[in-house]
Amino acid sequence: MTGQIVAPNMNRRTLLAGLGAAAFVPLAPSIVRAQSETIRIGFPVPLTGPFGAEAQDQVKCAQLAVEQFNAAGGVGGRMVELLVRDDKLNPGEATTRTLELIEKDKAHFIVGALAGNVQLAVNEVCKTRGVIYVSISQSDTINEAGTFSRFTFHEGMTPHMTTQAVGKYVFPKAKGKRVAFLAADYTYGHETLRAFKRSAQAHGMQVVEEILHPLGTSDFSTFFPRILAAKPDVLCICNFGRDQLNSIKQAVDFGVKKQAQIAVPVFLYAQRRAGSPAMFDGVVGGCNYHWTLEDSVPSAKAFNTLYRAKYSNTAPSDYGAYGYAGVSSLLAAVKKAGKTDTDAVIAAFETVELDTHKGPERYRKCDHQAIQPVFVVESKAQAQMRNEFDVFNIVHVEPGAEANLRSCDELGHKG
Amino acid sequence: MTLDLFLLQTFTGLALGSILVLMAIGMSLIFGMLTVPNFAHGAFYMVGAFAGVVALRLTDSFIAAIIAAPLAVGALGMLVERTLVRPLYGRGVDYPIVLTFGLSYVMVEVIRILFGKEGIPFETPEFLQGAVSLGFGYFPLYRVFLIGVCVVVVGALYLCLERTKFGLVVRAGAADPEIVRVLGVDIRKVWMLIFGLGAGLAALAGLLAAPMRGVTAEMGIPVLVEAFVVTVVGGMGSLVGASVAGLLVGVVMSLTSLFSPKFAELSMFALMALTLIVRPRGLFGRPGHLG
Repeated sequence: MTGQIVAPNMNRRTLLAGLGAAAFVPLAPSIVRAQSETIRIGFPVPLTGPFGAEAQDQVKCAQLAVEQFNAAGGVGGRMVELLVRDDKLNPGEATTRTLELIEKDKAHFIVGALAGNVQLAVNEVCKTRGVIYVSISQSDTINEAGTFSRFTFHEGMTPHMTTQAVGKYVFPKAKGKRVAFLAADYTYGHETLRAFKRSAQAHGMQVVEEILHPLGTSDFSTFFPRILAAKPDVLCICNFGRDQLNSIKQAVDFGVKKQAQIAVPVFLYAQRRAGSPAMFDGVVGGCNYHWTLEDSVPSAKAFNTLYRAKYSNTAPSDYGAYGYAGVSSLLAAVKKAGKTDTDAVIAAFETVELDTHKGPERYRKCDHQAIQPVFVVESKAQAQMRNEFDVFNIVHVEPGAEANLRSCDELGHKG
Repeated sequence: MTLDLFLLQTFTGLALGSILVLMAIGMSLIFGMLTVPNFAHGAFYMVGAFAGVVALRLTDSFIAAIIAAPLAVGALGMLVERTLVRPLYGRGVDYPIVLTFGLSYVMVEVIRILFGKEGIPFETPEFLQGAVSLGFGYFPLYRVFLIGVCVVVVGALYLCLERTKFGLVVRAGAADPEIVRVLGVDIRKVWMLIFGLGAGLAALAGLLAAPMRGVTAEMGIPVLVEAFVVTVVGGMGSLVGASVAGLLVGVVMSLTSLFSPKFAELSMFALMALTLIVRPRGLFGRPGHLG
């Protein structure tokens, strides 16, 4: 009769069977985990906002890297999973998403961020939580002693690297020594301006005009009379995204190309495609990856082939390649370490020899900056383009070398 | 700082101002006559640019596009007035604000769905490319054309307002809508045409700006604020006010940029603040209009 009060429809046999089964429950998950715990990589990128297109391509390429790694067997039978999140191009949002990835989703590593200030926010979170972060955004600040931590890895190029490469190509060829600068008034603009001026001065150029424009300016017409009055032989335009498109377009309208060579620190594939060959013809800039590299570099061909197989005959973009490179480099280090333990992966990362998609690459110990080839590209005229994606000529290759980076001392690293 | 540079910078300001004039006339008329602050004005500007892209694809003629696109968007404006704005008359100024604000979001999203998020390249038409010598320096031919179009349009509007019966009704309606109704004129039809005219002018501005600034779904957002500022400085409901204020704001921004680019955008708001302090009705507005 007492049994009826506790569980009216249960008899003693069922109860014992239930208790027996329950005893096994705590053991079951750990049996599952030990055999195949997936390696989780958090991937925060600005899917919404002005760089949505670039971020989408980064996701596509990062997924390629993961699939390629899993197809090759993963690490000790463990497969990799990519956890994509939208940072909305906002440092606050990025911080929240990264914290979630680390604490709720138990991500082992973080790769990502496109904007300079967003990557710094993600870096801060990873620093305090002791999680490895591979940044695929351009920045000079992330290498510096105050910002850097041993968990920080920088796959992206630095403004220093790109401007030195472009300057090395453009300044000796210029028809005169006068150089003018038009830069966006925020971190990226300031960093590229500073680095470009350094390169200019090293090549004996004279700075004749320097204008900072508000970020997101749509009409640059008020700056060009001043620039033209200074009679430059080279005009360096240091901005990003839509600003790059509009400033170059309007520079051409004002006849700047007749007087001066236009140079940019990073020539953006997406902006070039949003503009026209006639407008961009002759403009020179830096680049981390252009798909036509496949003609000379085997790993580029392998990467492009992988991309085309999945995404039907289009080509990966420059920013897409960052997505692939960041994840591939990380996974190469994990494979070398043999496990996901943070210290082991850091040690492996510092010594691993890479060639993910554009040639030899390795990470420097003092600031974990990826020493990588930097390309200088020139926009092609319509007549030279083989297809709609064939927008750039690679006119110069700056092979990866520590001399192209700012020295460890300059960045404040001791020893 | 030479005289040449100063003149060139002023001319740049006139070109900049021309776009503002076209935007402000529409907004000023709509606000002045209908007492509707048209928050969708930037969206009409943007739709005009896209309509121009479509017209260009169909006709391959920029001139045809400049005529067709504003007419099409003007018709859209009339439709909007008839179906969406008209039911809200008499309910105070808040309802049209919320309506036009929401409408702007809808229009932006529809364009994004139809044309994508990246924007569309828009080249300066061949016959307008290159630079001309103005004596004190080279200036893009296209921007000279822009100033010219603005002069022609404003001139035509002025003649229409001053010399035609329609213009008479519009001016009377702006001065005193009640009396005009009492006199038996269907003021509501006039309002519909005014709204359409305003939208059409905004569309023209958007299409003319396209070769300079590109065509994106978000292009109307900064322009809306500029249009409001110019309307306030010039005075509501005044064609002359909008024209003068537009050019004035353009030149002030351009000259400020010569000394400090950071303050160029601020200068427009400083001018508006100054106007509100010294002459709240605007340069050519009627006193107590919103009383």
